Amino acid sequence: MSIFTVILVLLVAFLAGMEGILDEFQFHQPIIAASLIGIVTGNPLQGLLLGGTLQLIALGWMNIGAAVAPDAALASIASAILVTINGASISEGIALAIPLAIAGQVLTMFVRTITVGIAHGADRKAKEGSFRGVEMYHIGALMLQGLRIAIPAGIILAVPAGVVTDALNSIPAWLTGGLAVAGGFIVAVGYAMVINMMATPKLWVFFALGFALSAVGDLNLIAMGIIGVVLALLFLQFSPEFNQGGGGGGNSGSGDPLNDILNDY
Amino acid sequence: MAENNNYKLTKRDRFNVFWRSQFLQASWNFERMQNVGWAYAMIPALKKLYTTEEDRAAALKRHLEFFNTHPYLASPVFGVTLTLEEERAAGKDIDDAAIQGVKIGMMGPLAGVGDPVFWGTLRPVLGAFAASLALSESWLGPIIFFFVWNIIRMAFLWYTQELGYVQGGNITKNLSGGLMQKLTQGASVLGMFIMGVLVPRWTSMHFPMVLSRMDVPAEEMVDFSGIAEAANEGVISGDMLRGVVAQIQSGMSIEPEQVTTLQNTLDQLLPGLAPLLLTLGCVWLLRKKVSPITIIFGLFVIGILGYVLGIFG
Repeated sequence: MSIFTVILVLLVAFLAGMEGILDEFQFHQPIIAASLIGIVTGNPLQGLLLGGTLQLIALGWMNIGAAVAPDAALASIASAILVTINGASISEGIALAIPLAIAGQVLTMFVRTITVGIAHGADRKAKEGSFRGVEMYHIGALMLQGLRIAIPAGIILAVPAGVVTDALNSIPAWLTGGLAVAGGFIVAVGYAMVINMMATPKLWVFFALGFALSAVGDLNLIAMGIIGVVLALLFLQFSPEFNQGGGGGGNSGSGDPLNDILNDY
Repeated sequence: MAENNNYKLTKRDRFNVFWRSQFLQASWNFERMQNVGWAYAMIPALKKLYTTEEDRAAALKRHLEFFNTHPYLASPVFGVTLTLEEERAAGKDIDDAAIQGVKIGMMGPLAGVGDPVFWGTLRPVLGAFAASLALSESWLGPIIFFFVWNIIRMAFLWYTQELGYVQGGNITKNLSGGLMQKLTQGASVLGMFIMGVLVPRWTSMHFPMVLSRMDVPAEEMVDFSGIAEAANEGVISGDMLRGVVAQIQSGMSIEPEQVTTLQNTLDQLLPGLAPLLLTLGCVWLLRKKVSPITIIFGLFVIGILGYVLGIFG
């Protein structure tokens, strides 16, 4: 492994760490982060496949309000390094990603606590009217979030590859087999988290319809997406809760010319 | 305030605020959350509006108050706040409490829109679509995910900030006028539908456990021994091959033994039934306030036990 590779891996890790808090460009999402690690380590396909699988598991990992989700950044970066450099299998990578996600969650909570001090530093600079000072504290905090992933990545790289490989090989077959099996269905937790956030009694019928169409039919995802959008639009048009104001009330003529004409008589 | 500054924020100023608003959460902290990020994004505007050190210190202080919302839905709040700051700098009577009131008043309802729309629908749907491409070894997966997401996101940040800036205080009225509710509901319909689609497709649960074995009577089995003999003697003919294919097509068994696994039985009931029950079970556990990580570990334990006992494969 060349020094150039090491630098690139650490750079990708740093980027993912910053995005783990920003949540804007999505460099911390497994499909991006693991693919990038795959590219810089020369095992692009492994990274891509790991990223795709982890992405499904991480579908429901979202920071809402002050709650901190399992950390996709450390999970995807560290397990991608183990898969692409140390030769772990993809199913081992998935199994390892879960404890890594929790470790990342603890680390980000740690950094988010340190930044309380940074906020107070920014207060002091604000008193002096120093824009520059406030900016420095803000960017400094972002660097800390980047290091939160780059340092663990560096530690994994620093451990001799042989040690990690031996450790991986010493995992008994019943454990790897079981983890691979579980890796196939833990995506259900991700689905459940997304459903749990959106579900109201009225919306379950759409879940049921999607399930039925998917379980017995062969429509691809694009077709399903179109059906979903059509359903959403129909729901908004016909649901009584959205029609009390516009449709029944004044003839504002927003969407129904026929109705306007009828009202004129 | 010592002086009145009739400066109007230019498009370039507003663009700088938009660009910096992407770093809103960089110094997210457990005390005042997005406060420093908010001030950081406001700085390009504050720099133009206030020139004395005294005014600048006061402006920074007022923008370092508590703030937290969905990072993308902060943009309309930025827009409105820019208008308020502009008017305040021009000498209008807008006090700190009014500005803080607008920020706090908008952030709650807006976060309630952003979470289900962006985190609950758009990212899972786009992520699942991209993951399906990636799993079929296509690089379009990550590429589409990255570009589609960022184009939508940046367009949303810029246009809602502009909307907030132009509409000023009126925006609160527009937002509460049902539009946001419609957006949230529509997104939730799409999201629930797609989740229903994904559950049976990408949850892989296999139950190779054998429930029953049954010997297939000779007359219901494809006559392979006959064709093998013919092949050995070198007298195989097209008609014989056609006969074998016809037998297979008419539903005769190609195995001497009919094995029924748990998987076959479940598929006869309804394909995807096991993933469905598993997902609903997880939703139920989440509602019981069991943490997702606990559920994931539980599933790992179930997977390992099931594998060792031969239920899963």
